[in-house]
This record gives sequence, C-alpha cells and structure tokens, in this order.
Amino acid sequence: MHVPRFWREIPNRYTLIGTKCGHCEKIFFPPRAICPNCRRVGHLEPFKLSGRGRVYSFTTVYAGPRDFKDQIPYVLAIIELEEGPRVMAQITDCNGEEVKIGDEVEMVFRKIKEEGEEGIIYYGFKARLVRKKEASDPSGKG
Amino acid sequence: MRRVAIVGVGQTRFGELWDTSFRQMIIEAGTRALEDAGISGEEIDAIYVGNMSAGQFIQQEHIASLIADYSGLAPVPCTRVEAACASGGLALREAMIAVASGIHDVVVAAGIEKMTDVITEAGQEALATVSDQEWEAFMGATFPSLFALMARRHMYEFGTTEEQMALVAVKNHHNACLNAYAQHHVELTVERVLQSPVVSSPLKMLECASITDGAACLVLVPLEEARKYTDTPVEIAGSGQASDTIALADRESLVSLKATREAAKRAYRMARIEPKQVDLAEVHDSTTISEIIAVEDLGFCEKGEGGKITEEGITAIDGSLPINPGGGLEGRGHPIGATGIAQAVEIVLQLRGEAGKRQVKKAEVGLTHNVGGSGGTAVVHIFRRR
Ligand SMILES: [Zn+2]
Repeated sequence: MHVPRFWREIPNRYTLIGTKCGHCEKIFFPPRAICPNCRRVGHLEPFKLSGRGRVYSFTTVYAGPRDFKDQIPYVLAIIELEEGPRVMAQITDCNGEEVKIGDEVEMVFRKIKEEGEEGIIYYGFKARLVRKKEASDPSGKG
Repeated sequence: MRRVAIVGVGQTRFGELWDTSFRQMIIEAGTRALEDAGISGEEIDAIYVGNMSAGQFIQQEHIASLIADYSGLAPVPCTRVEAACASGGLALREAMIAVASGIHDVVVAAGIEKMTDVITEAGQEALATVSDQEWEAFMGATFPSLFALMARRHMYEFGTTEEQMALVAVKNHHNACLNAYAQHHVELTVERVLQSPVVSSPLKMLECASITDGAACLVLVPLEEARKYTDTPVEIAGSGQASDTIALADRESLVSLKATREAAKRAYRMARIEPKQVDLAEVHDSTTISEIIAVEDLGFCEKGEGGKITEEGITAIDGSLPINPGGGLEGRGHPIGATGIAQAVEIVLQLRGEAGKRQVKKAEVGLTHNVGGSGGTAVVHIFRRR
C-alpha cells in the first residue's frame, strides 16, 4: 500500500479529530466535507473528540484477513462516542467474553497492523474497556 | 414510460466451477436465456452486466467488451454495472430503464462472478473491499463481521436467538436441495449450524453465504411485445433503488437497513401494491441475520419479529410467505454479481409455475431484494404474472 494514503489520515486516526456542523451542530467522525443534514448551508469545522464512549455492538473475529492473522481472535466493535458519532474499532486488551453492550470504553493509540516484516506499520485508535478499579484490583493498590 | 416484461431466463449451475472459465459461464447462461426467450443474438439491442470485481477475482477489467465480443454480439452496446453484492439487481434495473425509456427494445440483463480462481483468503479480502477501506477494513473488519455486529445488536434489542438465526440457514439449505442449479445440496439441522465454526461471533460458518462461481441472464422486452416471445411473460411491475452510508457505524440503526426500506417504498409505490400482496420473495440472505432484518424492512412483519416468523414456519415454501424458495444466497450460493439476476430467475420460474419440487402454491406477485455491502445500496424489484 502507498504511504500517502495512510499518512494523510494521520490527524484523524491519531488524534480523533472529526468535524462539527455549525448549522445543525451535529458532530461527524470520520470528518466530512459536507453535512448530510444541511448540505451547502452547513459549515464544517474541525472538532476534537474526547475518546470516551460505550460499546454499541461487538463481535469476536475468528476468520480474518492475512494482515490480521496474528491477532486472531480479535474483538471488533462499534463504539458510540459521548459526542454522538459511532466508530468502528477493535477492543484491545480483552477477550470477547468479558464485553457487554453498554460497557464504558476509552480510545487509545495502538498499532493496528503491519505489512509483512519490512512493510509499513499502521497505527490508529482502538477502544479499551474502562474497568472499575475494585473489580480488577481487589487490593485497591493498582 | 413503457412497461417491461421478462421473456427469457437462464443460469449456470452455481458452485465451485473449477473447469469453467468466466467466458464460458456467461455464454452458457446467456445462451440458455436466449433459447428460453426463443430469440437469436441479432435481436439483442443492449446488454447490462452486473459484476463486482473481475479485476480482483480474475485480474480482468473491461469485461463488458469481453462479454459482447465472446458472445459474438459486438457491436451491441454492453455496460458493466457495479454496486458490490447488488451489482446484479442494479444491472436488472438499468436494463429495465433502457427498455422502459424506449431507447432499446430487447435487452439482456446479466450477472456474473468467478470467485474461485483466487485462494480463499484473497477472495475474502476482495469481499472486504465492499466495506469502507479507510474506517472498516483498516480496523480489521471482514464481510461477515459487519453482519455479526448487526446480529448482536438485533439480539440485544429484540431478543432474537441464535437458534432462530440458524433456522434461516436450515430452511434455505432445504430449499436449495430442491434446486438443481444450487451450490449446496445438503440438509442441515439447527444443531449442525450452531456447532459449525464461529466465523465472527455470533455468526457461524453455516450461516454465511459461501464463495461461489456462477452466471445468470434475463431477456427483457416491452410488455406489449412480450406475447410474441412467450405465453408466460412476467412483468417488472416495480423497481426501487436506494443508497445509504457505506460504513456501518455511520448508520442510524444497526437493526434495519434504511436503503432496503427506501428501495422497497419506491418499488411498492411503482407497482401500486402493499407488502401483504406479495406472495413470495427472494431476499438477500448473505448471512442468516440479513434475511431476518430484510423481512422486517420489506414490511412482511413488525420490526423485531423476523426471527419469530421464521420459527413459526411462515417463511418456508409451504408457509404463508415463502422466502428464498430457490435456496437464497446461503443455499444457492452467492456469486456476487450474479446474485441479483439469479433471484429474478427464481421469481420468474415461480410465477410461470415452472419451479418443480419447490413450486410455491400461490405465486402471482413476487419480490427480489438485493443488497450491496452491509447496506450501502439496496435494490428491490416486484414482478407480476401476466
Ligand atoms: Zn448540519
């Protein structure tokens, strides 16, 4: 894959910058140049998302593309961000059994995949479950 | 606008056709359709062919020219139409519009995909390109995973069960056993479906349409001319097409396809019928949940009841609303670009009363429903016996 294709998405994939329509106030991620509600009346400005959200749906992928072979099985989800937009992202550091619809997540910066041994390494966001302290660490020392 | 009828149908067997090339497949289906219509090649004014990705599957683009050439029909205009898995349905719609407009009189609507010339992983990766490359495939989305995300949400919102979904696969494989052209001739049980390997939870292997080779063709003429060709013309009474966001996450809902609802609304309006007047339908069951969501969105039951009406047997061949009597994508096989045309072939055979062991008793109004990707495109057609 050519580098520019991934390089130009860096602001969005690395920093979760979407767009907000100044007319209807709807927030979009990934960013859009035209608001589907207002079209030419809308004015889209960059908008930084907090990265907090909830699991809207999820699946554990057992048969995946070759680029993701070493990650199988991985959990793929649709996350509803607190500002409104939904995004597709993997849920990292978990197995499928512990995820439930409605679980709180935060978006984190991760390696998404790599192209062979000498290819490009692609980075982007994944979601991580926000674990309640007492649940994951009964001693409270964590 | 002229009314349009189908006077000829033809298809290849669907399956892993190792010994048959892309060129042979389209000629076989086309020849059968022409023989069925009783016409010769010279009478054809134009061809529309649905094909998702000959470029990825056989490293051949410009297949419209190839098809006109190898059918011996050049200089007849031939146009390739692409909308992922809805390519065939869209080719049918373009062919219908061409006849309806008066530009062309005799038009072939074709669909073809040759998927088994690449290794399985490459085929699956080609399929994943129907999703949003930058925001879905990049994150590791596979074709089944998109439907798995819909299934999980449908289960959450309506209590749909894995057993109900499995029943869709059982029904469609049973129907396929009665269809000589279908890929899979094996009866399933709910247990066997549930025990098949999980592809993307909660969907199992036997709930997802497989990789298939196949081609199908239809011959369209103005309705007023149709009796010159056949005693059993089938009118295309309604046609609707709609788009939606390419990425699943951007949709209003994961439990309903807006493109299906919009396309259906337009097709019903054009045919001047209500959903309850439909006698049978071929819907886009790329996975089991796809059929459950489709029967809801097409207005055959309330939202959330798709699993229940499957369980009650309403959608079986002998039920009150047979769905996918030809085996559906799961049983007949899903050669992407050919599927939308094969659905119409099945409805025409049913409305003519030529469907043999899988003949639906009351078959006067039939519907086809073809979806591109996870719902970015939907095409709905309504057919009536004349
Ligand atoms: Zn707006």
